[in-house]
Amino acid sequence: MTFLLALVIGCLYAAGIFLILRRSMVKVIFGLILLGHAANLLIFTVGRLTKGVPAFVPEGSAVLGGEFADPLPQALILTAIVIGFGVQAFTIVLFKRTWLTLGTEDLDLMKKTDELPRE
Amino acid sequence: MNQINQIIIIPVLLPLASAIAMIFFRRSVPLQRIIGLVSSTLMLAAAVWILGAVISGGMLTMQAGGWRAPFGITLVADLLSAVMIAASALIGLTTVIYSFAVIDKEREKFFYYPLLQLLMMGINGAFLTGDVFNLYVWFEVMLISSFVLLVLGGTPAQLEGAIKYVTINLLSSSVFLAAAGILYGIAGTLNMADLARISPQLEQKELLAIVSILFMITFGVKAAVFPFFFWLPASYHTPPIPVAAIFSGLLTKVGVYALIRFFTTVFPHESGFINGVLLVASALTMLIGVLGAVAQYDIRKLLSFHIVSQIGYMIFGLALHSPLAIAGALFYIVHNIIAKTNLFYISGMIERITGTFDLKKSGGVYARYPFVAVLFLVSALALAGIPPLSGFWAKFVVIKAGLGAEEYIVTGVAIFVSLLTLFSMMKIWNEAFWKEQPQTVAADAPNRYASMGTAGKLMLVSPVILLALASILFGIFFEPVFRIAESAAVQLLDPESYITPILGRKE
Amino acid sequence: MYSIILATASKYLLLLLQMFSVFLLFRGHNEPGGGFVGGLVAAAAYALYFIANGIGKAEKLLAIDPFHLISAGLLLALSSTLPGLAAGGDVMTGIWIDTGIPLLGKVGTPLVFDTGVYFLVLGITLKIIFSLAEEDRQ
Repeated sequence: MTFLLALVIGCLYAAGIFLILRRSMVKVIFGLILLGHAANLLIFTVGRLTKGVPAFVPEGSAVLGGEFADPLPQALILTAIVIGFGVQAFTIVLFKRTWLTLGTEDLDLMKKTDELPRE
Repeated sequence: MNQINQIIIIPVLLPLASAIAMIFFRRSVPLQRIIGLVSSTLMLAAAVWILGAVISGGMLTMQAGGWRAPFGITLVADLLSAVMIAASALIGLTTVIYSFAVIDKEREKFFYYPLLQLLMMGINGAFLTGDVFNLYVWFEVMLISSFVLLVLGGTPAQLEGAIKYVTINLLSSSVFLAAAGILYGIAGTLNMADLARISPQLEQKELLAIVSILFMITFGVKAAVFPFFFWLPASYHTPPIPVAAIFSGLLTKVGVYALIRFFTTVFPHESGFINGVLLVASALTMLIGVLGAVAQYDIRKLLSFHIVSQIGYMIFGLALHSPLAIAGALFYIVHNIIAKTNLFYISGMIERITGTFDLKKSGGVYARYPFVAVLFLVSALALAGIPPLSGFWAKFVVIKAGLGAEEYIVTGVAIFVSLLTLFSMMKIWNEAFWKEQPQTVAADAPNRYASMGTAGKLMLVSPVILLALASILFGIFFEPVFRIAESAAVQLLDPESYITPILGRKE
Repeated sequence: MYSIILATASKYLLLLLQMFSVFLLFRGHNEPGGGFVGGLVAAAAYALYFIANGIGKAEKLLAIDPFHLISAGLLLALSSTLPGLAAGGDVMTGIWIDTGIPLLGKVGTPLVFDTGVYFLVLGITLKIIFSLAEEDRQ
């Protein structure tokens, strides 16, 4: 299972990096989303995959018994998903507004802020 | 449970509370201004209080929700955090006042002030947190607010700059996330104090090295270290001046803070290799930043490249890794926060007076407003490092530490770069202040400063005077300030002093 | 594009989805659910209504500025952190009250926090959807 997930993460990273290197804004945002997913899955995988019960202390005892799934990676991923949702939604709005204002979605054409003004 | 510890939640909750109040009163801009002013003043008072408490009583720690460290969310104010909080509160207050004078109605109506407060919340949270994942969360809070502040107004240049800024920062966030995940996989904890205790005993050294490289990349992007700085000069000159000023003063310094925190406290045993990399990066950052600045004729772009160049000095101090060097880096950060922000404020004043940011078209400010020229000289010479201003001492200490460590090449670069810094500051002086404004430009550039009311002028000038005074005072009263920086550095290089107040003594 | 079937269905679905979102919010403490998911479901309900009936009607139905939802949500979340402090603990310490009411059970500050998240997510999502739909208005 770990091997399979590692493969998926690798593919996601590869696809994400490929996409953010494209010139089209739409592809860049897809790339960023894929990279976010890859990072989330990475946390999930390196946080140890255990087939266990949720980490709830059973009634009547004070400690966890038996095998349990580590809740912390899940909490981290949940937080990262929420943050990613907000940031990506903002990015989509920004990219759309840029497209409407500049009339292009080719990132190669957006170099005005880097250039020295012409004489 | 010591109740004084609870005050460290103020820098996070106060900006949030005032932002909420401002959103409720979104129709009334005057009310928002009052709330902003009051809350920023209170924030400065609280920051000074925290700094005083930390100096006199040692580290403050708080466990949110009462969950004991390392399981809960830890907030920590050691000397470094307290100093950073105080400096950022000062910048927050001056930016709010400066904004009253220059921000247009449209932006004010569209949540400009609440966004500033949320930005401050993110910055303060990043300084105070004692947990790697929480650092990520605060970074994101800070980034989202900065994204919106950057594009507020929606001019083509702003959008274009924002695309670069947003994309590269999202990329670095995803690197951060991956690094935090792997770190948890290795160490089983993300609490900084716990990591400092566990990391020397870990067996997977190679993986730990990879993680520290990943962290170096992600914080390097935020701090605009070579070769990750290209987004900064592409975007920082696009928003209105107060926004550019607070970004240039604080955002990159949060990245530097995180680098210092990680490679002193959290990974003390990983620093050998990292320091070598940082040393090379710092020399290139200083040099390439200042070379970029020398070529520019737009004041804001020139200053943006200078941010990059100055970051190099701080990283240099960190890379040397001696108590003196780190103390120098800390002093440098505080000095730079003040001087750099002030230079951006002054560039806004120059634009008001001459109608342009372009140095070739600008001119005649000295003849018309000598006091602006004096204010500029104070900050510019402080940045270049002329005694007795704050920048001289900052550079002096870092360079002395560099000589002490026998890093002659990088130290030579540092000295050479400060000459070029002086050169480019003189360029602004010659073009904007000394020479006559070209007749063709002067005719159709209205002096918007002269047409401002007395209150407006006061709000424009008082932050600049305040920060210039701070630059002078830090130069004159160098010793007591530096002693704080020194004890902060000693604290940083002794992980046990950070661990014990949070986790308790080792059994 | 206007579909009478979708427009009619969305009215009933709106109510159903809203009830479901509140259900998700309340079961969230010990079971899957919670403020974030609940808020998203509620926002999805409005989004469906907007797709069927257009942006103008959806905004009129909401009747309240999404920004007020955002600030109300933030305020609720903020206020839930303070009782712990007042009770002498740390900030964000959970305070629980056993109401004894069967359906409600124990309520406490975490529920207040979750409700805050619910409104915050609802407000932000709606704001984003409405601003993306801006040019449909013309």
